[in-house]
Amino acid sequence: MPDTLRGAAVIVGIGELKPERSRPGRDVMSLLTEAAYRAIQDAGLTKEDIDGFVMDAGMEGASGFNTTMAEHMGIYPTFATGCDAQGAAGVTMALQAAAYVNAGLAEYVLCGMAAAIDTGGRRRPAAPTRTETSGSEFVVPFGPTVGANGNYAMIARRHEELYGTTVEKRAKIAVDLRYNANHNPMAIFHDTPITIADVVNSRIVADPLHLLECVMPCAGACAFVVTRADLAHGMRHKPAYILGGALGISRNNLQYVGEITVSPVGRAARKAFAMAGYGPNDVQVMEIYDSFTITVICELEDSGFCNKGEGGDWIQAHDLTFTGDKPLNTHGGQLSYGQASTAGGCAQVTEAVRQIRRDGGEHQVPGPTDLIYVTGSGGSFSQQGALLLGSDATL
Amino acid sequence: MAATQQPATQVYTKPLPTPSSVSQPFWDAAKEHRLIFQRCRLCGTRVFYPRDICPGPQCFGVGSLDWVESTGKGRLYSYTVSYQPAHQAFAGDVPYVLAIIEMDEGWRMTSNLINFGSQDALRIGLRVEVVWDDVTPEFSLPKFQPFRQ
Ligand SMILES: [Zn+2]
Repeated sequence: MPDTLRGAAVIVGIGELKPERSRPGRDVMSLLTEAAYRAIQDAGLTKEDIDGFVMDAGMEGASGFNTTMAEHMGIYPTFATGCDAQGAAGVTMALQAAAYVNAGLAEYVLCGMAAAIDTGGRRRPAAPTRTETSGSEFVVPFGPTVGANGNYAMIARRHEELYGTTVEKRAKIAVDLRYNANHNPMAIFHDTPITIADVVNSRIVADPLHLLECVMPCAGACAFVVTRADLAHGMRHKPAYILGGALGISRNNLQYVGEITVSPVGRAARKAFAMAGYGPNDVQVMEIYDSFTITVICELEDSGFCNKGEGGDWIQAHDLTFTGDKPLNTHGGQLSYGQASTAGGCAQVTEAVRQIRRDGGEHQVPGPTDLIYVTGSGGSFSQQGALLLGSDATL
Repeated sequence: MAATQQPATQVYTKPLPTPSSVSQPFWDAAKEHRLIFQRCRLCGTRVFYPRDICPGPQCFGVGSLDWVESTGKGRLYSYTVSYQPAHQAFAGDVPYVLAIIEMDEGWRMTSNLINFGSQDALRIGLRVEVVWDDVTPEFSLPKFQPFRQ
């Protein structure tokens, strides 16, 4: 057994469903099964080969979800665990699976998650009205906000006042990512270009965040298969190695402790880079978790791509499109590819695999794609992960 | 400290706190217009929201948190202006300010900033003081307004 996971595991199969505003008649099990079938087939494996699961039951939570999925897919593994990492689930699962295959617990681990919106129309996420938890008793009576919007608005406001990161600066992220989506047929906003003015003039969702700075709820699914490096030799695709990774677990509530503009991905990044033996300057492509524009700015700073407070200027100085000098969220990001709940973060992992394979098609990065930095982010900078994926060239 | 009263004829429809046995003292004090928080008698860590275990970095305190009265003064740590209330009961209040307040004793809470005049006056670091909103006979909510010396 290796003393670290560096290069010890490979993502050998990926499968996604295109994010849509709704998928009538489809539940989480159905969507996840379809994405999983795609991932297993992409790997060139059979159902019988899969002997491990890491499944995320979704934001609603479900008990016995691995057995539900076993029954649904007709796959009965000998090791299975869940993952409760919210938006960091994709990165977290990749590391869980890498550890399992190298500990001899399983050989081919299927990871996945899905989000269903079955209304036939558009789902508007409900605001919390219950006040019996420690997280709600001292928040909801003052005015609940939808999802994490209020918290990220607080982060954005503080970053803006401390460092001058205005909407005009943040907007470039949304615009560059939309350009990427305009070249990806799987992206929900494939057909709609936007400009800086469109972002700045879009309505305020949670002041100071504008509509085009925020993700939109989608239905969809994402899955991938991880195996041990020696087993990956000779499989269908060019291997995408896990070179380094770590998580940063922080507080559940944003407001009580710590500087709210600092995200725990910093701790994860330092450890992930150390494991991989690379630094931020070596990274060729970035897939940075983008629930909001401000999320990307804080993660770039905390991951070491620039100093704290300089993220707004850094993105002005670089071209983040897939043809640019700092390709970022090459599939369009969650802002423009779509965020099917936690599957949105997972799609940033599978997109990195696609870029390493040089299978990006119209949105393939023309330059080298042998070292890709991926992040995941759950809650309100509550739990984050950093993952470095590479090819034979960076192994 | 100033207090605001809901007109007696109006039924309060917004979500109210659901106190636990641990948080009940906070709301009892609030009814008396006293803002209290917890401090660990073993390590001095200031704690909010209320709990019965100390999260201090070196501390294993169980039942070690004492209630302490705040001066009620602090600073605006961050804020967001809500234009579209997620909960219908807040529809009449928009735009209203949801804020994180950093108290002078070094603990933080979420609340509303009120009585601030123009939004142009809002700045992180703004000095604020608690003002009590007696929303029902059972509950007074601590809200904050700019501190005028
Ligand atoms: Zn203590």
